[in-house]
Amino acid sequence: MIDVKNLSKSFGNHLVLDNLNQHIYPGEKVVVLGPSGSGKSTFLRCLNLLETPTSGIITFDGTDITDPKCDIDQVRQHMGMVFQHFNLFPNMTIRKNITLAPVRTKRMSQQEADDTATQLLRRVGLEEKADAYPAQLSGGQKQRIAIVRALAMRPKVMLFDEPTSALDPEMVGEVLDVMKQLADDGMTMVVVTHEMGFAREVGSRVLFMDGGHILEENKPQEFFANPKHPRTIEFLSKVL
Amino acid sequence: MGIDQLYEAWSAIPAGDLTFWQDAYVKFYNAWFYQDRWMTYFKGLGTTIQVTVIALILGVVLGLLVATVCTAHDQQRRGHRNPLLGLANLICRIYVTVIRGTPMMVQLMIMGYVVFASSREKTMVAALALGINSGAYVAEIIRGGLMNLDPGQMEAGRSLGLGYVDTMRFIVIPQAFKAILPALGNEFIVLLKDTSLISVVAGKEIVYFAQAIITKTYEPMYPYLITAAMYLVLVLIFSWLQGKLERRLRQSDRR
Repeated sequence: MIDVKNLSKSFGNHLVLDNLNQHIYPGEKVVVLGPSGSGKSTFLRCLNLLETPTSGIITFDGTDITDPKCDIDQVRQHMGMVFQHFNLFPNMTIRKNITLAPVRTKRMSQQEADDTATQLLRRVGLEEKADAYPAQLSGGQKQRIAIVRALAMRPKVMLFDEPTSALDPEMVGEVLDVMKQLADDGMTMVVVTHEMGFAREVGSRVLFMDGGHILEENKPQEFFANPKHPRTIEFLSKVL
Repeated sequence: MGIDQLYEAWSAIPAGDLTFWQDAYVKFYNAWFYQDRWMTYFKGLGTTIQVTVIALILGVVLGLLVATVCTAHDQQRRGHRNPLLGLANLICRIYVTVIRGTPMMVQLMIMGYVVFASSREKTMVAALALGINSGAYVAEIIRGGLMNLDPGQMEAGRSLGLGYVDTMRFIVIPQAFKAILPALGNEFIVLLKDTSLISVVAGKEIVYFAQAIITKTYEPMYPYLITAAMYLVLVLIFSWLQGKLERRLRQSDRR
């Protein structure tokens, strides 16, 4: 579904991603682990071109999205993204937050979008918040809304950039539950996270990154039971 | 006794023999009521408002244009630089630098006595000069607002598949506008008060008429105090309107 070839990214002289190759298959739940500054967020943000790769080719559903002629807005309509800091639009109600993109990109009429919003909000248990503003919600509620907002575009893949890192510990669970539900529905997901439990339980494949390289990748059970790379062993011994 | 009779009675007495209050009354009468002079202040006030509105509109249009060009230029993706935008950006930067680097008064005189030296419509020339001046400051205020907004807002909009223009229109600009409103209000107050400078190029606003009265009465205190009071009232009205608008925009902040 997403194919990454020879992806490199540098900020000035600092090489953040060093020649990565990766393929993400439909239905996979890829969890990206690694220490801060390892390049995992940059890798994720390259997948929908929020960061422009310095070199390399990224293909999504057969389209080369790194081609300057590619209509990236069109591609992004099929890739949902959830951010660490939610990034809800504070000047709009929750309903408007969710329906703005589907309506403006002409994927749905306002009526359809409103119905979709209601339905998705019900699924995450926040139906009564439709007319509230983001400032009135807790962190966990905001992040669940952010997930709903991305889902309203009916994306083929969802990218999560540390979705629980900015939350109170109490609220992590409610967000992870929504993500688990999503995984059970068969959504293709790429998740950058520090939640080892989630990686083990939900992930179908784990990537371990450090220093701009993917040092190790494996099935979660294998990865946690039997880490091979010394850096992985060190990392896991510190976080588990 | 009516105000006119009072004036006639007291102005007949030599100034040295009047009490403080009587003297003040005569001078104020000369500055305000005498030969219906108060009407000329209001004529000046009309010009002040007219010039402010023209300069304001011009300033906002220019400021928006310049801020849009500069922000769009700065937000281009690396390797996707548009040379035309680069040129437009250069022109905008020069404009802002020159306008902010020279005094308002000097700009007015250059416009009034050099660029439009032969023009008779000095009030309009002055409005143009004020608008061009205000545009540079408004541009910087708007640019600051756009730059200061959390980049995550732009990213979130774009990640949903919205284009640059839509993201700016629905997400970035409404939030930036709310954030810059106090600074913008401040700039408009400065602009309103700067209209008092246009008398140097013979723009006929309040100060111009106040000075005309002074040349007849040789008494500067009351005409200038009246001028000050009129500006103060204008600014108060404007601040009140601004406060109302800010409260309305704060709707989404309620918890």
